[in-house]
Amino acid sequence: MIIDINFVGLIIASIMASAVPLILASCGELITERSGVLNLGVEGMMIIGAISGFALMTITGSLIIAVFGAMLAGVLISTIFAFLTQTLITNHVATGLALTIFGIGISAMIGKNFVGIPGKEFPVLFEGLKDTIPLLSPILFGHSIVFYFAFALPFITSYFLKKTKIGLIVRAVGDSPESASNQGINVRLVRYACILYGGAMCGLAGAYLSMIYTPQWIENMTGGRGWIALALVVFSTWNPIKILIGALIFGGLTIIQFHMQAIGVRIPVQFLTALPYIVTIIVLVVISRDSRKIRLSTPSSLGKSFHKDN
Amino acid sequence: MHKFLIRSFVSSLVLLFTLTVAAVAKDVKAAFVYIGPTGDHGWTYQHDVGRKAVEAAGFKTTYVEGVPESADAERVLRQLANSGHDIIFTTSFGYMNPTNKVAKEFPNVKFEHATGYKREHPNVATYAARFYEGRTILGTIAGTMTKSNVIGYVASFPIPEVIRGINSFTLAAQKVNPNIKTKIVWAFTWYDPGKEAEAAKALIDQGADVIAQHTDSTAIVQMAEKAGVYAFGQASDMDKFAPKAVLTSVENNWGPYYVDRVKAVANGTWSQKDTWHGIGDGMVVISGLDSQMPSDLQAKVKKLQADLASGKVHSFTGPIYDQKGNLMVAEGKTADDGMLAGMMTYVKGVEGDIPK
Repeated sequence: MIIDINFVGLIIASIMASAVPLILASCGELITERSGVLNLGVEGMMIIGAISGFALMTITGSLIIAVFGAMLAGVLISTIFAFLTQTLITNHVATGLALTIFGIGISAMIGKNFVGIPGKEFPVLFEGLKDTIPLLSPILFGHSIVFYFAFALPFITSYFLKKTKIGLIVRAVGDSPESASNQGINVRLVRYACILYGGAMCGLAGAYLSMIYTPQWIENMTGGRGWIALALVVFSTWNPIKILIGALIFGGLTIIQFHMQAIGVRIPVQFLTALPYIVTIIVLVVISRDSRKIRLSTPSSLGKSFHKDN
Repeated sequence: MHKFLIRSFVSSLVLLFTLTVAAVAKDVKAAFVYIGPTGDHGWTYQHDVGRKAVEAAGFKTTYVEGVPESADAERVLRQLANSGHDIIFTTSFGYMNPTNKVAKEFPNVKFEHATGYKREHPNVATYAARFYEGRTILGTIAGTMTKSNVIGYVASFPIPEVIRGINSFTLAAQKVNPNIKTKIVWAFTWYDPGKEAEAAKALIDQGADVIAQHTDSTAIVQMAEKAGVYAFGQASDMDKFAPKAVLTSVENNWGPYYVDRVKAVANGTWSQKDTWHGIGDGMVVISGLDSQMPSDLQAKVKKLQADLASGKVHSFTGPIYDQKGNLMVAEGKTADDGMLAGMMTYVKGVEGDIPK
């Protein structure tokens, strides 16, 4: 079989497109978790973002309002989580699960009137350059702005955590809220900010699904991607670059297994379908097995409530 | 004095009860049990369109969505039967046993189970649609419109309903174009827009220029629109989601059947039966044909539609061979309903194996 080089480019481009929502949600959740907060509400925040983006696009007709509105919706729903876990000191795990259930329910309720309406076309950048370079053109050009943002985000996140003062503060709060508090850092404020940021990124991930990837609204359309994003954060050992690798492997195997089916490779389909989950975990575990590094990057106070004395 | 009060209280209660019963007997109340959300724009959505038709015909209806095919289903059914519903439609295959079990406990309530085959009690009826007739039409169109001779097919789960669809589609496509290949990709979901779009994209990248689907969302037709290939709508008319790609849609039209059956309960003429309706009875509807289809193809499709409706043409007319070349249906014969209901082998010309 002759493999056309542009065909390979097309496959890589679709792999990258499928990884976008995972990267966005994982990088958002990563910041939340690095501040010591475990928010299991990723799926709920994503679905809220998906319906908000789609509804705003349909009502206002403006894509910019819709994208920012979806992020704002993610912020608003994560504010509920932040208020419960940080101000009322509730259990992170239970509150996060409740947030997911709440998000799925309320999105279905709001979404009732938006079923069966086609989405709008989302503009893509550099479309004119699509046929200029073999292999690379379909990968580099002709994508939405959210696509480019998603692939920059792991590097921005990595730089933010390692090289900036605020990044250091976030990590300090996540590792030892007591010491951070003694240094005069307002732990609650930092955690609030990180939760809200995570909410915004999950909202954006949801909007990507309902506005760009498959422009439509149907109930439960996130289809468990929030849980995969959560798993990616853990298996990447809280490293944004590894999140990028994990998301690409996951998206890649999902798409390649469809290609293998279409070509007619004689491997049981059930095995092919399970492949992305298995391989992603194995690869991330293998590239992250340095236990010293895991200790360094795991937020030691993850999921523990912080009671301020005064 | 006390006794009088109690007596009058009791008698008024009895009176109230009789009044309520009388009221219930007069207005027939129908209930619908759904496997998915009404917002899926697919299977459940179309059943709910049918429910609305019943409502429009002047009957009260209730529905419960997202009911798992487990002990939960029994609980929901008992609750509905207890709360004064006269006829209950259970709209997923997995409700088969719960429906029959609860029907035994409520002999005065009628139960209608979609896509099943068990009618253990006189108050249980079953109904289904011959969607494969619609797929014969889609196959005819796909075989004619393809230029690459590669047709993609996104399938959900390996069950007879889906296999029957793939077979009927492929047989029809081969009839108009013996050179076509049907490439099948199993998504293992009824309903996940992201996954469905990825499956369609893989097929398009591999050269398919017509995509058929047996999953529920509109993601596939949208992907086809983006890639500039043809596709068909599933369950409802999906033309507005992809005006250039969608050549036609096969719609599930439950409304007339539902109205009929609820009316039968109201008139006291309801009786147990097994219904398997197709294009002829209007349970399977072919949407408008796209103008990109050449006029001779449009005429051919209209004729085929009429012949399927009248029974002149059957989707599974012999000779039909399986992949190994064994005869499934002899020349001049058609597949009987028993064979169709349990169909778990591909016909000749379909590529690959059925996942076990």
